[in-house]
Amino acid sequence: MRSQFGATVTSLLDEDPRTALVLAEISETLFEGALARHPNRALNVGIMEQTMVGVAAGFAMEGFHPFAHSISPFMAERPYEQLKLDFGYQGLGGTFVGVGGSYDYGAEGGTHHSPADVSLMLAIPGMEVLIPGHTGEVDGLLRATYANGRPTYVRLSVAANAEPMEVAPGRMEIVRPGTGATVLAIGPMLSRTLAACEGLDVSVLYVTSARPFDRSTLASVAGDAPTVITVEPCYEGTFTSEVVGAVGHRPSRVHSIGVPRVFIHSYGTPAELDSELELDAAGIRRRIETFLGA
Amino acid sequence: MDTTVGSLEEVRSLIARATGDEKHDESSYSTIDALWVLYDRVLHVDPAHPTSEDRDRFILSKGHGPVSLYALLAAKGFFPRDWLDAFMDHGGRLGSHPDRQHVPGVEASTGSLGHGLPMAVGAAMALRAKGLVDQRVVVLCGDAELNEGSNWEAILLAPQLELGNLSLLVIDNHSSSLAMAPWEARVGSFGWDVHVVDGHDHDALERALRTRLDARPVAVVADIPEGEW
Repeated sequence: MRSQFGATVTSLLDEDPRTALVLAEISETLFEGALARHPNRALNVGIMEQTMVGVAAGFAMEGFHPFAHSISPFMAERPYEQLKLDFGYQGLGGTFVGVGGSYDYGAEGGTHHSPADVSLMLAIPGMEVLIPGHTGEVDGLLRATYANGRPTYVRLSVAANAEPMEVAPGRMEIVRPGTGATVLAIGPMLSRTLAACEGLDVSVLYVTSARPFDRSTLASVAGDAPTVITVEPCYEGTFTSEVVGAVGHRPSRVHSIGVPRVFIHSYGTPAELDSELELDAAGIRRRIETFLGA
Repeated sequence: MDTTVGSLEEVRSLIARATGDEKHDESSYSTIDALWVLYDRVLHVDPAHPTSEDRDRFILSKGHGPVSLYALLAAKGFFPRDWLDAFMDHGGRLGSHPDRQHVPGVEASTGSLGHGLPMAVGAAMALRAKGLVDQRVVVLCGDAELNEGSNWEAILLAPQLELGNLSLLVIDNHSSSLAMAPWEARVGSFGWDVHVVDGHDHDALERALRTRLDARPVAVVADIPEGEW
Protein backbone atom coordinates (compact mmCIF):
# COMPACT_ATOMS: atom_id res chain seq x y z
CA MET A 1 0.00 0.00 0.00
CA ARG A 2 2.81 2.37 0.85
CA SER A 3 4.39 1.93 -2.59
CA GLN A 4 1.07 2.56 -4.31
CA PHE A 5 0.59 5.69 -2.20
CA GLY A 6 4.00 6.86 -3.37
CA ALA A 7 3.16 6.15 -7.00
CA THR A 8 -0.25 7.84 -6.85
CA VAL A 9 0.92 10.99 -5.09
CA THR A 10 3.95 11.27 -7.35
CA SER A 11 1.64 11.05 -10.33
CA LEU A 12 -0.74 13.66 -8.86
CA LEU A 13 2.17 16.02 -8.21
CA ASP A 14 3.10 15.72 -11.88
CA GLU A 15 -0.49 16.08 -13.13
CA ASP A 16 -1.98 18.72 -10.85
CA PRO A 17 -0.01 21.92 -10.14
CA ARG A 18 -2.21 22.62 -7.12
CA THR A 19 -0.98 19.57 -5.21
CA ALA A 20 1.70 19.79 -2.53
CA LEU A 21 3.54 17.21 -0.45
CA VAL A 22 5.06 17.74 2.99
CA LEU A 23 7.11 14.97 4.57
CA ALA A 24 8.80 14.71 7.96
CA GLU A 25 11.66 12.45 6.88
CA ILE A 26 9.60 9.24 6.74
CA SER A 27 9.31 7.84 3.18
CA GLU A 28 11.60 10.44 1.66
CA THR A 29 13.14 7.81 -0.62
CA LEU A 30 9.68 6.98 -1.92
CA PHE A 31 9.38 10.51 -3.30
CA GLU A 32 12.91 11.25 -4.46
CA GLY A 33 11.80 12.02 -8.01
CA ALA A 34 8.86 14.19 -6.98
CA LEU A 35 10.94 16.12 -4.46
CA ALA A 36 13.49 16.84 -7.17
CA ARG A 37 10.94 17.80 -9.85
CA HIS A 38 8.72 19.97 -7.65
CA PRO A 39 10.98 21.60 -5.03
CA ASN A 40 8.59 24.50 -4.45
CA ARG A 41 5.63 22.32 -3.47
CA ALA A 42 7.13 18.99 -2.42
CA LEU A 43 9.44 19.12 0.57
CA ASN A 44 10.87 17.18 3.45
CA VAL A 45 10.90 19.40 6.53
CA GLY A 46 12.94 16.98 8.61
CA ILE A 47 11.78 15.34 11.81
CA MET A 48 9.19 17.92 12.85
CA GLU A 49 5.68 16.58 12.59
CA GLN A 50 3.89 19.61 14.04
CA THR A 51 5.50 21.84 11.47
CA MET A 52 4.87 19.27 8.74
CA VAL A 53 1.12 19.70 9.30
CA GLY A 54 1.38 23.45 9.85
CA VAL A 55 3.29 23.91 6.60
CA ALA A 56 0.69 21.77 4.82
CA ALA A 57 -2.00 24.07 6.25
CA GLY A 58 -0.15 27.08 4.87
CA PHE A 59 -0.30 25.48 1.43
CA ALA A 60 -4.01 24.76 1.90
CA MET A 61 -4.65 28.39 2.89
CA GLU A 62 -3.20 29.34 -0.49
CA GLY A 63 -5.49 26.98 -2.40
CA PHE A 64 -3.24 23.93 -2.71
CA HIS A 65 -4.29 20.32 -2.03
CA PRO A 66 -1.57 19.19 0.35
CA PHE A 67 -0.56 15.66 1.34
CA ALA A 68 1.27 15.05 4.61
CA HIS A 69 2.60 11.68 5.61
CA SER A 70 4.39 9.76 8.32
CA ILE A 71 3.97 6.50 10.15
CA SER A 72 0.62 6.48 11.94
CA PRO A 73 1.63 7.50 15.49
CA PHE A 74 3.59 10.45 14.13
CA MET A 75 0.86 11.38 11.66
CA ALA A 76 -2.27 11.05 13.82
CA GLU A 77 -1.05 11.50 17.37
CA ARG A 78 2.00 13.77 17.65
CA PRO A 79 0.61 16.65 15.50
CA TYR A 80 -2.98 16.09 16.63
CA GLU A 81 -3.65 19.70 17.56
CA GLN A 82 -2.39 20.89 14.17
CA LEU A 83 -4.78 18.49 12.45
CA LYS A 84 -7.63 19.59 14.71
CA LEU A 85 -7.09 23.35 14.48
CA ASP A 86 -5.03 24.14 11.38
CA PHE A 87 -7.22 21.94 9.19
CA GLY A 88 -10.40 20.99 11.09
CA TYR A 89 -11.24 24.28 12.77
CA GLN A 90 -10.03 26.41 9.89
CA GLY A 91 -12.10 24.41 7.39
CA LEU A 92 -9.16 23.52 5.15
CA GLY A 93 -8.72 20.45 2.96
CA GLY A 94 -5.74 18.12 3.00
CA THR A 95 -4.83 14.43 2.93
CA PHE A 96 -2.95 12.86 5.83
CA VAL A 97 -1.57 9.44 5.12
CA GLY A 98 -0.48 7.26 8.00
CA VAL A 99 1.27 3.98 7.41
CA GLY A 100 1.63 1.25 9.99
CA GLY A 101 -1.60 1.43 11.97
CA SER A 102 -2.03 -0.45 15.25
CA TYR A 103 0.96 -2.80 15.59
CA ASP A 104 2.11 -3.13 11.99
CA TYR A 105 5.51 -2.23 13.43
CA GLY A 106 5.06 -4.91 16.06
CA ALA A 107 8.73 -5.38 16.83
CA GLU A 108 9.25 -1.66 17.45
CA GLY A 109 7.27 -1.57 20.66
CA GLY A 110 4.50 0.67 21.93
CA THR A 111 6.15 3.93 20.87
CA HIS A 112 5.42 2.93 17.29
CA HIS A 113 1.92 1.51 17.81
CA SER A 114 -1.19 3.55 17.02
CA PRO A 115 -4.45 1.64 17.44
CA ALA A 116 -6.07 4.94 18.51
CA ASP A 117 -5.49 6.71 15.20
CA VAL A 118 -8.95 6.10 13.72
CA SER A 119 -10.73 7.11 16.96
CA LEU A 120 -8.66 10.27 17.19
CA MET A 121 -9.31 11.28 13.61
CA LEU A 122 -13.04 10.62 13.96
CA ALA A 123 -13.03 12.92 16.99
CA ILE A 124 -12.16 15.86 14.72
CA PRO A 125 -15.41 17.23 13.26
CA GLY A 126 -15.35 17.00 9.48
CA MET A 127 -12.28 14.77 9.27
CA GLU A 128 -12.98 11.96 6.81
CA VAL A 129 -11.30 8.60 7.38
CA LEU A 130 -10.48 5.92 4.83
CA ILE A 131 -9.02 2.48 5.57
CA PRO A 132 -8.17 0.60 2.37
CA GLY A 133 -7.73 -3.13 2.73
CA HIS A 134 -5.71 -3.83 -0.39
CA THR A 135 -3.07 -2.07 -2.46
CA GLY A 136 -5.47 -2.06 -5.40
CA GLU A 137 -7.88 0.19 -3.52
CA VAL A 138 -5.39 2.93 -2.60
CA ASP A 139 -5.15 4.81 -5.89
CA GLY A 140 -8.89 5.20 -6.39
CA LEU A 141 -9.56 6.35 -2.84
CA LEU A 142 -6.78 8.93 -2.95
CA ARG A 143 -7.83 10.31 -6.32
CA ALA A 144 -11.48 10.47 -5.27
CA THR A 145 -10.80 12.62 -2.24
CA TYR A 146 -7.55 14.61 -2.47
CA ALA A 147 -9.09 17.73 -4.03
CA ASN A 148 -12.50 17.73 -2.34
CA GLY A 149 -11.62 20.57 0.03
CA ARG A 150 -12.10 18.46 3.15
CA PRO A 151 -9.52 16.94 5.49
CA THR A 152 -9.05 13.20 5.04
CA TYR A 153 -7.00 10.69 7.03
CA VAL A 154 -5.96 7.61 5.08
CA ARG A 155 -4.79 4.61 7.09
CA LEU A 156 -2.46 2.33 5.18
CA SER A 157 -1.59 -1.09 6.54
CA VAL A 158 1.03 -3.77 6.17
CA ALA A 159 -1.68 -6.43 6.37
CA ALA A 160 -3.87 -6.73 3.29
CA ASN A 161 -6.79 -8.73 1.99
CA ALA A 162 -6.30 -11.39 -0.68
CA GLU A 163 -8.16 -9.43 -3.37
CA PRO A 164 -9.08 -5.76 -3.89
CA MET A 165 -12.71 -4.71 -3.90
CA GLU A 166 -14.56 -2.01 -5.81
CA VAL A 167 -14.70 0.67 -3.14
CA ALA A 168 -15.64 4.34 -2.89
CA PRO A 169 -15.78 6.91 -0.12
CA GLY A 170 -19.06 6.76 1.77
CA ARG A 171 -19.99 3.28 0.59
CA MET A 172 -19.79 -0.18 2.12
CA GLU A 173 -19.85 -3.38 0.10
CA ILE A 174 -22.01 -6.46 0.64
CA VAL A 175 -19.49 -9.26 0.25
CA ARG A 176 -21.55 -12.22 1.41
CA PRO A 177 -25.28 -12.18 2.13
CA GLY A 178 -26.70 -14.26 4.96
CA THR A 179 -29.77 -14.45 7.18
CA GLY A 180 -28.20 -14.24 10.61
CA ALA A 181 -25.90 -11.66 12.17
CA THR A 182 -24.23 -8.91 10.18
CA VAL A 183 -20.44 -8.84 10.36
CA LEU A 184 -18.60 -5.65 9.37
CA ALA A 185 -15.02 -6.25 8.29
CA ILE A 186 -12.99 -3.05 8.37
CA GLY A 187 -10.15 -2.54 5.87
CA PRO A 188 -7.50 -5.29 6.04
CA MET A 189 -9.68 -7.48 8.28
CA LEU A 190 -11.85 -8.73 5.39
CA SER A 191 -10.00 -11.87 4.30
CA ARG A 192 -9.57 -13.20 7.80
CA THR A 193 -13.18 -12.32 8.63
CA LEU A 194 -14.43 -14.28 5.61
CA ALA A 195 -12.31 -17.23 6.73
CA ALA A 196 -13.65 -16.89 10.28
CA CYS A 197 -17.24 -16.87 9.04
CA GLU A 198 -16.87 -19.96 6.87
CA GLY A 199 -19.98 -22.10 7.40
CA LEU A 200 -21.81 -19.50 9.47
CA ASP A 201 -25.08 -18.03 8.18
CA VAL A 202 -24.04 -14.41 8.54
CA SER A 203 -23.80 -11.41 6.21
CA VAL A 204 -20.35 -9.99 5.71
CA LEU A 205 -20.01 -6.32 4.77
CA TYR A 206 -16.76 -4.59 3.84
CA VAL A 207 -16.00 -1.09 5.11
CA THR A 208 -13.18 1.14 3.89
CA SER A 209 -14.92 4.44 4.59
CA ALA A 210 -15.14 5.14 8.32
CA ARG A 211 -16.39 8.66 7.60
CA PRO A 212 -18.57 9.16 5.68
CA PHE A 213 -20.04 5.92 6.99
CA ASP A 214 -22.68 4.10 4.96
CA ARG A 215 -25.39 3.76 7.57
CA SER A 216 -28.15 3.02 5.09
CA THR A 217 -26.57 -0.14 3.67
CA LEU A 218 -25.88 -1.44 7.17
CA ALA A 219 -29.42 -0.67 8.29
CA SER A 220 -30.97 -2.41 5.31
CA VAL A 221 -28.81 -5.54 5.62
CA ALA A 222 -29.10 -5.79 9.40
CA GLY A 223 -32.91 -5.96 9.24
CA ASP A 224 -35.51 -5.55 11.98
CA ALA A 225 -33.64 -7.26 14.81
CA PRO A 226 -30.04 -6.31 14.19
CA THR A 227 -27.13 -8.29 15.52
CA VAL A 228 -23.98 -6.54 14.36
CA ILE A 229 -20.39 -7.59 14.91
CA THR A 230 -17.53 -5.30 13.90
CA VAL A 231 -14.07 -6.67 13.16
CA GLU A 232 -11.76 -3.68 13.50
CA PRO A 233 -8.04 -3.24 12.82
CA CYS A 234 -7.95 -0.45 15.41
CA TYR A 235 -9.16 -0.13 19.00
CA GLU A 236 -12.24 -2.24 19.69
CA GLY A 237 -15.37 -0.09 19.74
CA THR A 238 -14.06 2.52 17.32
CA PHE A 239 -17.02 1.88 15.00
CA THR A 240 -19.66 1.31 17.68
CA SER A 241 -21.13 4.81 17.56
CA GLU A 242 -21.64 4.61 13.79
CA VAL A 243 -23.19 1.14 14.09
CA VAL A 244 -25.54 2.35 16.81
CA GLY A 245 -26.35 5.36 14.65
CA ALA A 246 -27.37 3.00 11.84
CA VAL A 247 -29.36 0.36 13.75
CA GLY A 248 -29.83 1.72 17.27
CA HIS A 249 -33.40 2.85 16.65
CA ARG A 250 -34.32 -0.83 16.78
CA PRO A 251 -33.57 -3.27 19.62
CA SER A 252 -30.06 -4.34 18.64
CA ARG A 253 -27.10 -6.41 19.75
CA VAL A 254 -23.71 -4.92 18.91
CA HIS A 255 -20.35 -6.51 19.55
CA SER A 256 -16.87 -5.26 18.70
CA ILE A 257 -13.82 -7.36 17.96
CA GLY A 258 -10.70 -5.22 17.73
CA VAL A 259 -7.43 -4.27 19.34
CA PRO A 260 -7.84 -4.32 23.13
CA ARG A 261 -7.51 -0.97 24.91
CA VAL A 262 -4.28 -1.81 26.70
CA PHE A 263 -0.65 -1.06 25.93
CA ILE A 264 0.90 -3.97 24.13
CA HIS A 265 4.31 -4.89 25.50
CA SER A 266 4.82 -7.98 23.32
CA TYR A 267 7.11 -7.92 20.29
CA GLY A 268 6.72 -9.82 17.04
CA THR A 269 5.30 -9.68 13.57
CA PRO A 270 1.79 -8.34 13.05
CA ALA A 271 0.64 -11.92 12.45
CA GLU A 272 2.13 -13.07 15.74
CA LEU A 273 0.43 -10.24 17.61
CA ASP A 274 -2.84 -10.95 15.78
CA SER A 275 -2.68 -14.49 17.08
CA GLU A 276 -1.88 -13.35 20.63
CA LEU A 277 -4.79 -10.89 20.60
CA GLU A 278 -7.27 -13.28 18.92
CA LEU A 279 -7.41 -11.15 15.80
CA ASP A 280 -6.41 -13.90 13.39
CA ALA A 281 -9.09 -15.92 11.63
CA ALA A 282 -9.21 -18.59 14.35
CA GLY A 283 -9.46 -16.03 17.13
CA ILE A 284 -12.14 -14.04 15.34
CA ARG A 285 -14.11 -17.27 14.80
CA ARG A 286 -13.93 -18.14 18.49
CA ARG A 287 -15.08 -14.66 19.50
CA ILE A 288 -17.96 -14.58 17.02
CA GLU A 289 -19.13 -18.01 18.17
CA THR A 290 -18.89 -17.01 21.82
CA PHE A 291 -20.95 -13.87 21.19
CA LEU A 292 -23.56 -15.65 19.11
CA GLY A 293 -23.69 -18.59 21.52
CA ALA A 294 -23.04 -21.00 18.70
CA MET B 1 -14.25 66.06 6.94
CA ASP B 2 -13.24 63.91 9.87
CA THR B 3 -9.46 63.68 9.62
CA THR B 4 -9.30 60.93 12.21
CA VAL B 5 -10.98 58.37 9.95
CA GLY B 6 -8.54 55.54 9.30
CA SER B 7 -5.97 57.07 11.63
CA LEU B 8 -4.10 55.61 14.58
CA GLU B 9 -6.19 57.88 16.77
CA GLU B 10 -9.33 56.24 15.43
CA VAL B 11 -7.84 52.78 15.98
CA ARG B 12 -7.29 53.64 19.62
CA SER B 13 -10.86 54.85 19.96
CA LEU B 14 -12.17 51.69 18.32
CA ILE B 15 -10.16 49.55 20.73
CA ALA B 16 -11.95 51.31 23.56
CA ARG B 17 -15.30 50.25 22.07
CA ALA B 18 -14.41 46.58 22.45
CA THR B 19 -14.74 45.65 26.09
CA GLY B 20 -14.77 42.50 28.14
CA ASP B 21 -11.30 41.07 27.63
CA GLU B 22 -9.31 43.01 30.22
CA LYS B 23 -6.85 40.21 30.75
CA HIS B 24 -5.52 40.74 27.26
CA ASP B 25 -5.16 44.52 27.40
CA GLU B 26 -1.38 44.36 27.58
CA SER B 27 -1.33 41.96 24.68
CA SER B 28 -3.56 44.22 22.58
CA TYR B 29 -1.89 47.52 23.31
CA SER B 30 1.66 46.22 22.96
CA THR B 31 0.97 45.22 19.35
CA ILE B 32 -0.76 48.38 18.22
CA ASP B 33 2.25 50.38 16.99
CA ALA B 34 3.72 47.51 15.01
CA LEU B 35 0.33 46.63 13.52
CA TRP B 36 -0.29 50.25 12.61
CA VAL B 37 3.02 50.50 10.81
CA LEU B 38 2.36 47.22 9.00
CA TYR B 39 -1.09 48.15 7.75
CA ASP B 40 -0.47 51.86 7.18
CA ARG B 41 2.99 51.75 5.62
CA VAL B 42 4.16 48.26 4.71
CA LEU B 43 1.60 45.63 3.75
CA HIS B 44 -0.12 45.68 0.37
CA VAL B 45 -3.70 44.82 1.21
CA ASP B 46 -7.03 45.97 -0.18
CA PRO B 47 -10.01 46.08 2.20
CA ALA B 48 -12.36 45.81 -0.78
CA HIS B 49 -10.67 42.59 -1.91
CA PRO B 50 -9.38 40.94 1.25
CA THR B 51 -8.61 37.62 -0.45
CA SER B 52 -7.00 39.03 -3.57
CA GLU B 53 -4.14 36.85 -4.80
CA ASP B 54 -1.76 39.79 -5.00
CA ARG B 55 -2.13 40.80 -1.35
CA ASP B 56 0.49 40.44 1.34
CA ARG B 57 -0.47 37.93 4.01
CA PHE B 58 -0.50 38.73 7.73
CA ILE B 59 -0.99 36.04 10.39
CA LEU B 60 -1.60 36.96 14.01
CA SER B 61 -0.10 33.81 15.50
CA LYS B 62 -0.49 35.08 19.05
CA GLY B 63 -4.25 34.97 18.72
CA HIS B 64 -5.00 36.44 22.13
CA GLY B 65 -5.47 40.17 22.45
CA PRO B 66 -6.73 40.58 18.88
CA VAL B 67 -8.63 43.80 19.56
CA SER B 68 -5.91 46.02 18.14
CA LEU B 69 -6.00 43.99 14.91
CA TYR B 70 -9.80 44.12 14.79
CA ALA B 71 -9.77 47.89 15.39
CA LEU B 72 -7.16 48.39 12.71
CA LEU B 73 -9.02 46.27 10.16
CA ALA B 74 -12.23 48.14 10.92
CA ALA B 75 -10.52 51.54 10.65
CA LYS B 76 -9.03 50.51 7.30
CA GLY B 77 -12.43 49.40 6.03
CA PHE B 78 -12.27 45.61 6.12
CA PHE B 79 -15.53 45.41 8.05
CA PRO B 80 -18.00 47.78 9.75
CA ARG B 81 -16.77 49.58 12.83
CA ASP B 82 -19.82 48.61 14.86
CA TRP B 83 -18.66 45.00 14.87
CA LEU B 84 -16.37 46.11 17.69
CA ASP B 85 -19.42 46.85 19.85
CA ALA B 86 -20.29 43.15 19.87
CA PHE B 87 -16.79 41.95 20.74
CA MET B 88 -17.02 38.57 22.47
CA ASP B 89 -20.82 38.74 22.40
CA HIS B 90 -23.08 35.90 21.37
CA GLY B 91 -24.05 36.63 17.79
CA GLY B 92 -21.01 38.86 17.23
CA ARG B 93 -18.24 38.02 14.79
CA LEU B 94 -15.23 39.08 16.83
CA GLY B 95 -14.10 36.63 19.48
CA SER B 96 -11.21 36.92 21.88
CA HIS B 97 -9.31 34.77 19.40
CA PRO B 98 -9.76 35.50 15.68
CA ASP B 99 -11.69 33.22 13.31
CA ARG B 100 -10.77 33.37 9.63
CA GLN B 101 -14.23 32.15 8.69
CA HIS B 102 -15.89 35.15 10.35
CA VAL B 103 -13.58 38.12 9.86
CA PRO B 104 -12.48 39.65 6.54
CA GLY B 105 -8.75 40.30 6.63
CA VAL B 106 -8.02 37.58 9.18
CA GLU B 107 -5.89 34.97 7.44
CA ALA B 108 -5.73 32.33 10.18
CA SER B 109 -7.80 31.15 13.14
CA THR B 110 -5.34 31.28 15.99
CA GLY B 111 -5.37 31.07 19.75
CA SER B 112 -3.47 27.94 20.62
CA LEU B 113 0.12 29.16 20.59
CA GLY B 114 2.77 28.00 18.18
CA HIS B 115 0.60 27.40 15.11
CA GLY B 116 1.04 30.60 13.09
CA LEU B 117 4.71 30.43 12.23
CA PRO B 118 4.64 26.91 10.72
CA MET B 119 1.56 27.93 8.71
CA ALA B 120 3.35 31.08 7.59
CA VAL B 121 6.25 28.96 6.33
CA GLY B 122 3.79 26.91 4.29
CA ALA B 123 2.06 30.02 2.94
CA ALA B 124 5.43 31.53 1.98
CA MET B 125 6.34 28.33 0.16
CA ALA B 126 2.96 28.38 -1.57
CA LEU B 127 3.43 31.96 -2.74
CA ARG B 128 6.76 30.96 -4.24
CA ALA B 129 5.17 27.93 -5.90
CA LYS B 130 2.53 30.20 -7.44
CA GLY B 131 5.17 32.59 -8.74
CA LEU B 132 3.92 35.46 -6.58
CA VAL B 133 7.36 36.94 -6.05
CA ASP B 134 6.38 40.41 -4.86
CA GLN B 135 4.01 39.19 -2.15
CA ARG B 136 5.16 38.33 1.33
CA VAL B 137 4.02 36.73 4.56
CA VAL B 138 4.35 38.46 7.91
CA VAL B 139 3.57 36.52 11.08
CA LEU B 140 3.30 38.07 14.53
CA CYS B 141 4.35 36.06 17.58
CA GLY B 142 4.67 37.06 21.21
CA ASP B 143 7.89 36.60 23.12
CA ALA B 144 6.24 34.12 25.50
CA GLU B 145 4.60 32.34 22.57
CA LEU B 146 8.08 31.53 21.36
CA ASN B 147 8.47 29.21 24.34
CA GLU B 148 6.46 26.73 22.24
CA GLY B 149 8.68 24.20 20.50
CA SER B 150 6.76 24.16 17.24
CA ASN B 151 8.00 27.72 16.61
CA TRP B 152 11.59 26.58 16.87
CA GLU B 153 10.92 23.85 14.34
CA ALA B 154 9.84 26.57 11.94
CA ILE B 155 12.67 28.90 12.96
CA LEU B 156 15.10 26.10 12.06
CA LEU B 157 13.30 25.34 8.81
CA ALA B 158 12.59 28.74 7.23
CA PRO B 159 16.19 29.84 6.57
CA GLN B 160 17.00 26.45 5.07
CA LEU B 161 14.11 26.93 2.65
CA GLU B 162 15.60 30.36 1.85
CA LEU B 163 12.29 32.08 2.44
CA GLY B 164 13.09 35.67 1.61
CA ASN B 165 9.34 36.36 1.46
CA LEU B 166 8.79 35.61 5.16
CA SER B 167 9.04 38.01 8.09
CA LEU B 168 8.60 37.11 11.73
CA LEU B 169 7.46 40.03 13.87
CA VAL B 170 8.05 39.38 17.57
CA ILE B 171 6.31 41.63 20.05
CA ASP B 172 8.64 41.38 23.02
CA ASN B 173 6.59 42.78 25.88
CA HIS B 174 8.71 40.78 28.29
CA SER B 175 5.88 38.47 29.25
CA SER B 176 7.94 35.30 28.91
CA SER B 177 8.92 33.62 32.15
CA LEU B 178 11.99 32.32 30.37
CA ALA B 179 14.69 34.63 29.07
CA MET B 180 14.37 35.02 25.29
CA ALA B 181 17.08 37.61 24.61
CA PRO B 182 19.58 38.02 23.12
CA TRP B 183 17.41 37.69 20.03
CA GLU B 184 20.22 38.31 17.54
CA ALA B 185 22.25 35.46 18.92
CA ARG B 186 19.40 33.01 19.37
CA VAL B 187 17.24 33.51 16.29
CA GLY B 188 20.15 34.79 14.22
CA SER B 189 22.10 31.60 14.82
CA PHE B 190 19.47 29.71 12.81
CA GLY B 191 20.09 31.97 9.83
CA TRP B 192 17.52 34.75 10.25
CA ASP B 193 18.32 38.40 9.63
CA VAL B 194 17.37 39.86 13.03
CA HIS B 195 16.45 43.48 13.78
CA VAL B 196 15.68 44.54 17.35
CA VAL B 197 13.90 47.91 17.42
CA ASP B 198 11.98 50.13 19.81
CA GLY B 199 8.43 48.78 19.61
CA HIS B 200 6.94 52.26 19.75
CA ASP B 201 9.24 53.86 17.15
CA HIS B 202 7.22 53.88 13.93
CA ASP B 203 10.08 54.83 11.65
CA ALA B 204 12.37 52.16 13.06
CA LEU B 205 9.59 49.59 12.80
CA GLU B 206 8.94 50.60 9.19
CA ARG B 207 12.60 50.32 8.21
CA ALA B 208 12.88 46.87 9.79
CA LEU B 209 9.56 45.60 8.45
CA ARG B 210 10.37 46.76 4.92
CA THR B 211 13.56 44.72 4.95
CA ARG B 212 13.50 41.87 2.44
CA LEU B 213 16.46 39.72 1.51
CA ASP B 214 16.63 37.42 -1.49
CA ALA B 215 16.98 34.12 0.28
CA ARG B 216 16.82 34.76 3.99
CA PRO B 217 13.85 35.34 6.30
CA VAL B 218 13.76 38.45 8.47
CA ALA B 219 12.91 38.64 12.17
CA VAL B 220 11.86 42.00 13.60
CA VAL B 221 11.75 42.14 17.39
CA ALA B 222 9.65 45.05 18.62
CA ASP B 223 10.86 45.73 22.14
CA ILE B 224 8.18 46.93 24.54
CA PRO B 225 9.73 47.54 27.96
CA GLU B 226 7.78 46.04 30.83
CA GLY B 227 4.93 48.29 31.85
CA GLU B 228 5.31 50.58 28.84
CA TRP B 229 2.66 49.09 26.62
